[in-house]
Amino acid sequence: MNIALYVVAGILLVFSFYKDQKKTKMALKKAWKAFENILPEFLVVILLVGLLLAIMNPEMISSIIGDKSGWLGVILAAVIGSITLIPGFVAFPMTALLLDGGAGYMQIGAFISTLMMVGIVTMPVEIKYFGKKLTIYRNLLAFLFSFVVALVIGVVMSR
Amino acid sequence: MKKIVKRYRVFLIVLAIMLVITLFNYDLGINAFGVTGYSLKEMILVIPPVFVLLGLLDIWVPRETMIKYMGEGSGLKGIILAFFIGSAAAGPLYGAFPIAAVFMKKGVKFSNIMIFIGAWSTTKIPMFLFEMASMGAKFAITRLLIDIPGIIIIAFILSAVMKEDEIKKIYESAEHFDD
Repeated sequence: MNIALYVVAGILLVFSFYKDQKKTKMALKKAWKAFENILPEFLVVILLVGLLLAIMNPEMISSIIGDKSGWLGVILAAVIGSITLIPGFVAFPMTALLLDGGAGYMQIGAFISTLMMVGIVTMPVEIKYFGKKLTIYRNLLAFLFSFVVALVIGVVMSR
Repeated sequence: MKKIVKRYRVFLIVLAIMLVITLFNYDLGINAFGVTGYSLKEMILVIPPVFVLLGLLDIWVPRETMIKYMGEGSGLKGIILAFFIGSAAAGPLYGAFPIAAVFMKKGVKFSNIMIFIGAWSTTKIPMFLFEMASMGAKFAITRLLIDIPGIIIIAFILSAVMKEDEIKKIYESAEHFDD
């Protein structure tokens, strides 16, 4: 995935340089400025991710959203998904393991949904771009939506 | 120097807290720093191409073009494009926000930006393939089919609850993302 991103960015960069060196330099300067601008927030986020994932490891998560935890389990799964930030290529094998370990489809559906759409630890970055109100509303709506996802996944998968 | 310390104040505070935690609970602290190192590596890998792309987008794509395809009055075309660009992405959600800022600068409609964010967060194509492989096609496709209308509904609710001047303020601050 990363390779594809690098290839695309690389080709476009070479093409841009070939077309207009000055403009390309300006683009790179903008890229650096935009990055430097958000760097303090990025660093806070990755520290928080480290701390949270150290506390909430897969064993702890599976003990909370395990078999027959019901709607309480769905709520807890949604909360855990909201505060953790796990890359997808780690998350999906993990949720597959959680399923094998007895977690329900509804809980897993809620967990995956908030894991991807709700970001409590990334809020410092989001607020910097979108402001407090929009950030809170977006995360809140995504959180509520994850219960719809859980319900539909629960119904579809049990058939 | 003073300015740098002020900007990185929160980072330094959190770092200090983590060091204190490590003093009291060595294993937890080391584990936390280990995960942080891993995330840092991921960030260093993903961030350069994302920011190079947004720099190029900002310089080369004229505002008029973006307005035509994704601005006010772009209708269904704008929605589909927002979905497609968001879904083609790779990398964590925090990579989407700087790109959203360039979109705002280029006059992309607010609801389309929210759709782009939603798509980036949860309907990414590479992730979908990964989900199919680990969770099975039924699970992945069901989730995708609820997520698409869900993202659109959330985008429209957000457009409705945000007042016009609040949206204007967010767009204005996006002008300075590369100051």
